[in-house]
Amino acid sequence: MPEINPFVIFFAAIFTSNMILSNFLGMCSFIAVSKEIKTSLGLGQAVTFVLTGTTVINYLIYHYLLVPFSLEYLRFIVFIITIAAFVQLVEMIVERYLPNLYYSLGIFLPLITVNCAILGVSLFMVIRSYSFVQSIAFGIGSGLGWTLAIVAMAGIRQKLKKAPIPKGLQGPGITLIITGLMALAFIGFSGIVRIQ
Amino acid sequence: MMKLKDIKNIFSMGILKDNPVFRQILGICSALAVTNLMLNSLVMGLGLIFVTSFSSLTISIIRKYTPRHIRMMVQTLIISAYVIIVDIVLKAYYPTMSEALGPYVGLIITNCIIMGRCESFAQKNPPLPSFLDGIASGMGYTLVLLTIAFFRELLGFGSIFGYTILGSWWPRWIFMIMPPGAFFMLAILIWVSNSLTSNNKENATALAGGEK
Repeated sequence: MPEINPFVIFFAAIFTSNMILSNFLGMCSFIAVSKEIKTSLGLGQAVTFVLTGTTVINYLIYHYLLVPFSLEYLRFIVFIITIAAFVQLVEMIVERYLPNLYYSLGIFLPLITVNCAILGVSLFMVIRSYSFVQSIAFGIGSGLGWTLAIVAMAGIRQKLKKAPIPKGLQGPGITLIITGLMALAFIGFSGIVRIQ
Repeated sequence: MMKLKDIKNIFSMGILKDNPVFRQILGICSALAVTNLMLNSLVMGLGLIFVTSFSSLTISIIRKYTPRHIRMMVQTLIISAYVIIVDIVLKAYYPTMSEALGPYVGLIITNCIIMGRCESFAQKNPPLPSFLDGIASGMGYTLVLLTIAFFRELLGFGSIFGYTILGSWWPRWIFMIMPPGAFFMLAILIWVSNSLTSNNKENATALAGGEK
């Protein structure tokens, strides 16, 4: 689909096909971490950064290494290794040169390796056969969309601490219901841009 | 050799008491994504049972030879290898299903259930119990998928496994097929399951706290 404008992909990845709200990716850490705005923002930044980096690297590896040797079926292994290696590398670099950032992001970086949103974006990129620029736009947009959703959720959950919630619904239950409501709200965007 | 009681215990833990989705809120990404049709959920569940059981088996066999600090990487690679098998089989025999599931087959790799079982059970136990534990966890997961899919497909399309159950008089709830329906359905199921087992509440919360 080379005719789609990268900007359209970028905005669609944030709003209409948000990774959490319409593709359900990255739910585990979404539910576990969305208790405070500050930590959510930290995790969101880390995810956006890693997503952009790994999408670019995976694009290059897939199209210049796997396709020429017709090894496409190895993409799961290759992608997950790239992601793990990238996360490790980022962790080392950040620890060495930006200690402040390391202390705010540090605990989240290992979590990101198993975040399904990262692998999911790379797989979507292959399935929808995006071009290089489209992949970058898709990676950044997905990361921002993920951040937007988790920060919004953290904001709601902070207020929710004082609300009387039925016993069985406390914790994950109510979080899922709020996520559902957010997903409903985001469907309102669906007329604006569309990718599928 | 294993006793029958142990086997029973593993299964009741995996399917009911320690159900990965309800009790530990693991692996719900795919639990939500594929559950708009029962057939998709069944295939997904079978794939997961296969991957969980065999990767638990493999990891348990080599657990004494794996250096501790690289075990995560080893586990990931083993899981990816089995996921590739599932993907290739699906592509070869059920191309339409492979297309419908899209990237979610590949995402079995990052399904925390598998990693969780490998880390907490297969790492410490002999091969056969690990294998059964994998099957049990996978079945618990599949059961949840099928339950969610049952309501979503019934209310959304008026059918079950593609066979029409509710006639044309039924106003199709398109809402149930869309993403929000999945979130609400899972929340309701967690609510029901929590209320039914509220006397084990302390136990459950302790587990959830330890799991994070």
